[in-house]
Amino acid sequence: MTVHSTSPQFKQNAARALNDDQLQKALGNVKQGFIDKRQMAADKLPEFEALRDSARDIKNHTLEHLDLYLEAYEGKVKASGGHVHFARDAQEARDIILNICRDTGAKTVTKGKSMISEEIGINHHLEAHGITPVETDLGEYIIQLRGELPSHIIAPAVHLNATQVEEDFRRVHTHLDAKRDLSEPVQLLTEARAVLRERFLAADVGITGANFLVAETGTSIIVTNEGNGDLTQILPKTHIVLASIEKLVPTLEDVSQLLRVLARSATGQELSVYTTFSTGPRRSTDADGPENYHVVILDNGRSSMLGTAFEEMLRCIRCGACMNHCPVYHAVGGHAYGWVYPGPMGAVLTPSLIGVDKAGHLPNASTFCGRCESVCPVRIPLPKLMRHWREREFERHLTPATVRSGLQLWGFFAKRPALYRFATRAAMGALALAGRQRGRFSWLPMAKGWTKYRDFPAPHGETFQQRWKRERKGARP
Amino acid sequence: MSARDDIFGNIRRSLGVNGTETIRRQMVEDRLERSPRGVIPQRGQVSGEERIALFKTMVETSLATVTEVASQAEVPQSIALFLRNHNLPATLRMGDDPRLKTMPWQDTTLEIAHGLSEGRDLNAVSHAFGGIAESGTLAMVSGADNPSTLNFLPDNHIIVVSAKDIASDYESVWNRVRFAYGKGSMPRTVNWITGPSRSGDIEQTLLLGAHGPRRLHVVLVRE
Repeated sequence: MTVHSTSPQFKQNAARALNDDQLQKALGNVKQGFIDKRQMAADKLPEFEALRDSARDIKNHTLEHLDLYLEAYEGKVKASGGHVHFARDAQEARDIILNICRDTGAKTVTKGKSMISEEIGINHHLEAHGITPVETDLGEYIIQLRGELPSHIIAPAVHLNATQVEEDFRRVHTHLDAKRDLSEPVQLLTEARAVLRERFLAADVGITGANFLVAETGTSIIVTNEGNGDLTQILPKTHIVLASIEKLVPTLEDVSQLLRVLARSATGQELSVYTTFSTGPRRSTDADGPENYHVVILDNGRSSMLGTAFEEMLRCIRCGACMNHCPVYHAVGGHAYGWVYPGPMGAVLTPSLIGVDKAGHLPNASTFCGRCESVCPVRIPLPKLMRHWREREFERHLTPATVRSGLQLWGFFAKRPALYRFATRAAMGALALAGRQRGRFSWLPMAKGWTKYRDFPAPHGETFQQRWKRERKGARP
Repeated sequence: MSARDDIFGNIRRSLGVNGTETIRRQMVEDRLERSPRGVIPQRGQVSGEERIALFKTMVETSLATVTEVASQAEVPQSIALFLRNHNLPATLRMGDDPRLKTMPWQDTTLEIAHGLSEGRDLNAVSHAFGGIAESGTLAMVSGADNPSTLNFLPDNHIIVVSAKDIASDYESVWNRVRFAYGKGSMPRTVNWITGPSRSGDIEQTLLLGAHGPRRLHVVLVRE
C-alpha cells in the first residue's frame, strides 16, 4: 500500500481536527446541506425504500455470482474491442496503467474522480515516471494543488473554504493577472474551467473510475455533475477505466435501479447531471471518442472479504450518505481517518484493506447511533460491521491495555448480578450526592478524557435497573 | 499463476464454489438473458399529455429550459430566438443527424458548422435518442450523427427531442436501445443528461457551468 496511512494516529488526527477553526467552519457545510437534500429527495419518491431493498438484493446476487458475472463482463468488453487487465494489488494496477501510458507515449494524463486511483496512489507513480496527472473534478483539482487526500468520497474538498481555494489558485495559476478578482466562488469556478479546458484538450490518456460495470453489455458507467469525467474519456486517444471487482452488476435494468438510489442518497438529486455508459473504443461510425479502451480490474483484498461478515461492505456504491450523517465525521472531518476512505464506510473498509492492526481506531470512532445504516442506500449494517472489527481487535489483543482492563473489570461485575446491582447503586448514589449542587461535573477521577471537552451530568441517584423496575410496576398495577 | 487466474481462484475459494455449478451458471445466464425489471416508480407511468407535462416539469427541475414547437420545420427559428434572447452569437455546430440536416436552417441567419467540436464552440445542437419523463433526462447516443463532444464542450447545448420518443422510465429506453443495437450490444457511448453542468465543490455552493455546458436548452418537437 503506497498511499501512506495515518490511521494508526487517529486520536492525534482527531484532536488536531477539533482544534482547526478553518476545518470546523467548513464542516458546518456538511451538516447543513447534505442531510436535508437527501431527505427531500427520499420523500419525493414513494418507492425509495423499496428501491433500497432492490439495490441491496441486486448487489447481494451479484457478489454471490461474482466470478461468473466477471467472466461475462470480460467477454463483452473484448467483443467490443476493449482490453481487460486484472490487478491483484495496487502495485500491479500501477504498473499496468504506467505501461499503457508509456505505450501511447503519454506526457499528460487527465483524470476523472476515482477513489480507486487514490487507493493505489497512481498520481505519485505517474509523476515519478515523468508523466503529469491532472485531476479534473474541481474538488480533486483543488486538493491536488494542495497535495492532500480527499476528505470526502463525493466532495473531496469539503474541508476547505473559498478563501483557501483562492490562495491556492493565486499560488499556482501564476500566468494569470495577479490583480484579478477571485472573491466569489463563481470566479474560482470560471478560472478552473478555463485552466482545465486546455488540459483536457492536450491530454494523451484519460483515466476514470467506474461507478458500475455492466456484465450484460461490457459497459463502464461514470456519474458526474461537472462533465469532467466525460471530457476526460472522450478527448484523449486512450481511455483507461480503473475499477474494483465489486463494481459489477448484471444488467442495464439492474444498474437503473442502483442509479435511482445513488444520486438521491449522495446529493439529493433525482439523477446526477451526467450518467455515461461507455462500451469499447471508438467505432467506425463515430466522429469522436477514444481509439483505445482499457479496463483495469483491481482486487486489492476484496475477494478475501467475500464469504465473510464483511462481504456486505462490498455492496457499497460510494454515495457518501453515511459520512454525511455521521456525528463523528461532522466533528473531525475526513482526513482524521488517515487513509482514502473516511466516515463509517471507511471505518469498516479500511481495516479490511490495510489491516485492523493499522486501522483499529476507526471502527472505535463511532457512537453507534445508527444513522449511517438508516440512510445507506444498499442497507449495509455499518454499526454491526464496526462491532465485528472491535471484537477482532480485542481477540487479537490489539486493544490498549487500559481498555482491556476496563472491559475485564466491567465483565467481572456484569457476570455477578447481585454485586453489579449493589455496586451501581452505590456509585450512582455517591455521584448524585457529590453532584447535587451543580448537577454536573467538570472533573472526575479517571474520566479526564471525557471532562476535558464537556461536563459529565450528575445522575439523580437511581440506577437504570431501579427505574426500569419502578416504571414496569407502574405500567402493570 | 496470472493475476486473472489468481483473482478468480480467490473469489471462488471465498464463495466456496468452483465456477462449474450448473445451477449458478443457469441463474446468471437467465438474468443476463431476461434482464428483469425491478421497482419502477409510479411517477413516470403516465401517457400522452400527462407524460409530456411531467417531462417538461422535470427538465425544468434540473435547471434546464424547454420550449415546444409544433413541427421539425419550426426548430431552426426557435433555436435562433433562444440564442438571440440570451444575447448569444448566431453560430451553431451540429453533427450529421438527418433529422437536423433537413431542417430549414436557411430561414435563419445562423452560421452553421458541422462535425465534432474541438473545444472552441459556444453553441451546439444535438438530436436526442429519447427522453425520460421520470427524471427529465435526455438520452443521447454517440455516432457521427451526434458526436459526443457536442454534449460537453460548448457553453450552450441545445437538444432536440421528439415528443414520441419521451419514455416513462429508463427501462423503456433500454428496450429501444436493444431494438436498435441488438440485445447485449451498445453504442459506444450513451449519455444521460439531466440539466446543465454544475459543481458544489466550493463550500457546497451550487454553481452552474463547471466543465460542461453552462446552459442546457431542450426543444420538444410535437409532431
